[in-house]
Amino acid sequence: MSGNGSHRHPTLGAYFGVFVTLMALTALTVWAAFQHLGIWNTPVALSIAVTKALLVALIFMHLRYSPRLTAIAVAAAVAWLAILIVITVSDYLTRAWLPIYAR
Amino acid sequence: MSTPAVIDTQSPPARRVHYLNARYGVASWLLTVDHKRIAILYLIGVTFFFAIGGIYAALIRLELLTPPGDVFLSETYNKLFTGHGVMMVFFFMIPGIPGVLGNFLIPLMIGAKDVAFPRLNLLSWYLFLIGGLTALWAVVHGGVDTGWTFYTPYSTVYSNGWVVVTAVGIFIAGFSSILTGLNFLVTLHTMRAPGMTWMRMPLFCWGMYATAIIQILGTPVVAITLLLVAAERLFHLGIFDPAQGGDPVLFQHLFWFYSHPAVYIMVLPAMAVISELVTAFSRKPIFGYRFIAASSVAIAVLSFLVWGHHMFVSGQSVYAGLVFSILSFMVAIPSAIKVFNWTATLYKGSVSYQTPLLYALGFIGLFTFGGLTGLMLATLGLDIHVTDTYFIVAHFHYIMVGGTIMGYLGGLHYWWPKISGKLYPEYWSRVSAWVIFIGFNLTFFPQFILGYLGMPRRYHAYPAEFQVLNVMSTAGASILGIGYLIPLVYFFWSMRYGKDASDNPWGATGLEWQTPSPPPTENFPVTPQVTGKPYDYLTAQEEVAVG
Amino acid sequence: MADAAHALAGESPPELQHHFVDLEAQKEASSLGMWVFLVTEILFFGGMFTAYVVYRASYRAAFEGASNLLDIRLGAFNTAVLILSSLTMALAVWAASQGKKNRIVVFLSATILLGAVFLGVKVIEYSQKFEHHEVPGPHFVVPHGLPRQAEMFFSLYFCMTGLHALHMVVGIGLLSWLIARARRGDFTTRYNTPVEMVGLYWHFVDIVWIFLFPLLYLLGRHTL
Repeated sequence: MSGNGSHRHPTLGAYFGVFVTLMALTALTVWAAFQHLGIWNTPVALSIAVTKALLVALIFMHLRYSPRLTAIAVAAAVAWLAILIVITVSDYLTRAWLPIYAR
Repeated sequence: MSTPAVIDTQSPPARRVHYLNARYGVASWLLTVDHKRIAILYLIGVTFFFAIGGIYAALIRLELLTPPGDVFLSETYNKLFTGHGVMMVFFFMIPGIPGVLGNFLIPLMIGAKDVAFPRLNLLSWYLFLIGGLTALWAVVHGGVDTGWTFYTPYSTVYSNGWVVVTAVGIFIAGFSSILTGLNFLVTLHTMRAPGMTWMRMPLFCWGMYATAIIQILGTPVVAITLLLVAAERLFHLGIFDPAQGGDPVLFQHLFWFYSHPAVYIMVLPAMAVISELVTAFSRKPIFGYRFIAASSVAIAVLSFLVWGHHMFVSGQSVYAGLVFSILSFMVAIPSAIKVFNWTATLYKGSVSYQTPLLYALGFIGLFTFGGLTGLMLATLGLDIHVTDTYFIVAHFHYIMVGGTIMGYLGGLHYWWPKISGKLYPEYWSRVSAWVIFIGFNLTFFPQFILGYLGMPRRYHAYPAEFQVLNVMSTAGASILGIGYLIPLVYFFWSMRYGKDASDNPWGATGLEWQTPSPPPTENFPVTPQVTGKPYDYLTAQEEVAVG
Repeated sequence: MADAAHALAGESPPELQHHFVDLEAQKEASSLGMWVFLVTEILFFGGMFTAYVVYRASYRAAFEGASNLLDIRLGAFNTAVLILSSLTMALAVWAASQGKKNRIVVFLSATILLGAVFLGVKVIEYSQKFEHHEVPGPHFVVPHGLPRQAEMFFSLYFCMTGLHALHMVVGIGLLSWLIARARRGDFTTRYNTPVEMVGLYWHFVDIVWIFLFPLLYLLGRHTL
């Protein structure tokens, strides 16, 4: 066991499998974009994107085989970005609720 | 090795090799990867930019001696307070304690030979320097007049100053901050000596860890925001310009998402220093170690949830304002917990009122006072009346000067023997501590009153009835300036004429005191093994077995 | 462990930096360091994603209409190219862990080639926009039938894809450096950390595009 092989690695088959899946998901998202899904278009596109990102992160980037601290760091980044987006957007969404400012 | 019966006073003592004299020459400093030398490089850099920020402050207080705007044009005055804010925030406060004390101490405190990425550490210093010199270029060529907050669309469309250059300088320095935080985070996770669990780590390291979290998660957002401001200015994009459909409030959201946590980048390291000082100078284990450690991390997390309290009058939704207000109350709690624990540490301790502790006591008092005014400002209804007045200016100066700078100076004095191998003169250090304390309060307390009475900030003229308080403030600033010059003089003096320091002049616990003063380049000839609790003053000394 | 044997023999491996106890610790630190750097990149791009979310919500019709002006075939092609480049990058890392010098160079070169193709397509797309007066600024002409705020879409388009492209250029530079080192024989079964670290960076740049593609190219197609 080499000093460098401190974690298990995906197999070659896993790499190719993920590649094929990513291509298929890309085709799927393009097809879904043209469908009239109403308010569901965006959530569908984002879900597919998140799935693709997870595949790249977990398998290509070995996140699945990395120490837990790494996953915590990534989760923190996503959470912090969510804080930024959600709170900023909630400002815009709630402005009309009480239009008493700027008199 | 036997002790000679007769002390040989004739031949010169064998010169011990340490990090300062291990190698000579400019190149050995400018290309160093030794964290201790990099700390000295930061010390020189931040002192230089502090001086520039201080000159700006002097010019501001000069103008404000008299009610009319009779020294500078208003446009020039705008450049003065912008330069003061930019220089002080981005090139002194943010890099200061992490760059100087963090770099010097973290590897020593955890028993490591260096930080995780020494070359990245040097790069951090160069980025800091280049960023600072870029901003200085803008200063010299006419400055920026937007305020350090760069609100749009003034900064992106209407200002005639060197906005892009300054923004680029801050951007570069921001990457310095990110890389320093990254380095410290990885160092603390992966390079602690055997036996040093998280709960045995000095609280200074916990504070720096929490700071690193903020540097890593927050700075990139202001980085991209400044890039967008530059892009908008250069390419007329209109992302934040209402004339092109942009929203200036969006700029403020993005800007303050970093800039509020940034104030905790400025204060957490100082709190980290205070934790070390109160325990060393009361010769007692710190009270509530776990609470202080946890509160540092809590501050880092909560600090990201309150940025809207800078935007209460921006047109932001009132409901968002209410939520930000209550969260701002909550972020005060972990800070208060620290103050309680420090006080409890001092209580019934064997207190020694040496200079570092004088600064620590100054910090505790002034930070508490400033923090309480922060609660006043978190109160939405009250903030509406005092926003953009001198009340705000006084509040943040109490924290940043009364707090952070006192922590910085206290830490600098405490660890000076370790850094330089020399002792500073205790009499003059106490004199300057008092001069700084008096000068500080005389400068900034009147500003609370001025703000409450309605004097706006960033104005170079004011109604005549405010003059007395302004004169007091300027007088205080002069005293404060003298107070800062005295340590500059005696620290230099001590390097040449100061008494040699022993390994542990304070008799304190901590691995940094187990190496010689100054330490050898590799810090520890053999990696220490840690077995005891931190701050173990009640047993004879911390058990450190060198194995 | 092989390194322990080396240490007992009095030699430390040449790749071991002096402040680390062993190669294992060094690799652990390098890996954590690169991941933390990617965390900062998530927040860095994230600021622009925030602007995107805010303006798309405010100017829905303008954004959907402007998005439909982007060439979906080129966008989808580029997405496929980047995904393939991620595969070749992963294979380069795999080859490095085996110490197979020639395969490392082949896979790294393929990754560079695919990256260059991606950038070439972006050049084509950018010049098309230039011709159609879709570049924001003084020469922007509001596309026929769209609200004025279409310009905001293009501002974000150029900023986001531009920053992404810049990251790809840096990535190609890093890959070239890796090829030089690989040909020198630097990467063995014992030590291939630089390849893994650049791999992490490259995959991250791919992930950013995985989000940019639907958000910029696909958001308005359902209105067609």
